[in-house]
Amino acid sequence: MRALLFLGCTVPVRNLNYELSARKVAEALGVELQDLAEFGCCGYPLKSTDQDKALVIAARALAQAHGSGLPLVALCSACAGTLAEAEHQLAHHGELRAKVNQQLAPLGLAYEPGVKVRHFMRFLLEEVGLEAIRAKVTRKLEGFSFAPHYGCHYLKPSEITGGFDDPEDPRSLASFIEATGAQAVDYASMKECCGGGVLGADEDLASAMAGKKLAELDAKGVTALALICPFCNVMYEGQQKAIGKKLDLKLKVPVVYVTQLLGLAMGLSPDEVGLKLNRAKPKELLAAFKS
Amino acid sequence: MISLNDCDPGFKFEVAAEPGGAGIKACFACAACSARCPVAGHREEYDPRRIIRLTLLGRREEVLSSPLIWLCSACYSCQEVCPQQVRFTEVLTAIKNLAAKAGYAPPSAKQIAGLLAGHGRLLAVTEFENEKRAELGLPAVEERGADYAAILGIAPEAAEAGEEA
Repeated sequence: MRALLFLGCTVPVRNLNYELSARKVAEALGVELQDLAEFGCCGYPLKSTDQDKALVIAARALAQAHGSGLPLVALCSACAGTLAEAEHQLAHHGELRAKVNQQLAPLGLAYEPGVKVRHFMRFLLEEVGLEAIRAKVTRKLEGFSFAPHYGCHYLKPSEITGGFDDPEDPRSLASFIEATGAQAVDYASMKECCGGGVLGADEDLASAMAGKKLAELDAKGVTALALICPFCNVMYEGQQKAIGKKLDLKLKVPVVYVTQLLGLAMGLSPDEVGLKLNRAKPKELLAAFKS
Repeated sequence: MISLNDCDPGFKFEVAAEPGGAGIKACFACAACSARCPVAGHREEYDPRRIIRLTLLGRREEVLSSPLIWLCSACYSCQEVCPQQVRFTEVLTAIKNLAAKAGYAPPSAKQIAGLLAGHGRLLAVTEFENEKRAELGLPAVEERGADYAAILGIAPEAAEAGEEA
């Protein structure tokens, strides 16, 4: 099984632990991930000011992906959402496609429908399946508890994602966590948005949004908060100290990526899943998996 | 009090003509969007239903110049619960696009085009990044800013300047 890996802006620079663990897990599950040197930003950051240009940028990536005949997977939920939405719009609207292709022509590119775009976790769920993942688990993460954070664009809008998991009652990440033998924690603020989308416009607001979840999990006491998006990571890991200061809370919520948990359970070493690169250290895990 | 003389009856059509904007005409003001909005939970002055009402009334300048329209986190929660398929996240994107054309985009939004035209990503990839990647056995990544500069109509020199801004 093969797929194109779309890294986007943040993952290949700031979240090497996520990228490394995703690549290793894919390899262990028999998924061959291919890179395209031309891939860059998906266009999402331009959407709020110029959605026409954002669509052309997304179409550029889709045009580059099309020739391979492979499905595309993204580690960032915003990339997955943006590219899936662009594919949906362009495949269904001929006029729009013609307009976009006019702007791609000078780059020697043309968009054609047919690239299947998914978040990496959804790809694992649908193409590999939980049963095959469970069969690869050699070291159960028993005794650990992880709080899944679904974020937004992994699930929504369901018109685009096709409702593979219920946005109002999501289960998919919990089922990955349970596949590792760990406990998936259900908690009140589970569906909350991280606030990353408004960090540039209003830091206090973004902090209040992320702080709500961090405060709940800090009080609850979990092994770690488990993420699948580098934007959410900016808020929950990168900004955690600043948020604690703003809200006058001593926050100590360890943060991991779900792919790191899968890797550890499948027998990969902490270094192979980049566990030392986590900044909000999952101390219990590090102690248990001392290499 | 709102005087109808200060309203622009064409504004709602202007919004509806933008990609994603058409749904605004279906709003029957139930406020499911406002109830479900995680931003509204922290900022009561941010009220999706109110933004829709003001737009339908034609309060063009008031809506486009409002700093509140930039507080949407684009989480799509409102879109999921709307019984009328207004698709408020997309409607607000349409409104923000019009606001940007009118010169109201916040400074953080303005820097983005320059960064993309310079690096093809929001974050630069230097030799330092690729050395770190190589140490972990990860393949090198490349910058393809020129493609982005061409799409955005930004000259490479201006892209550098945008980065400094």
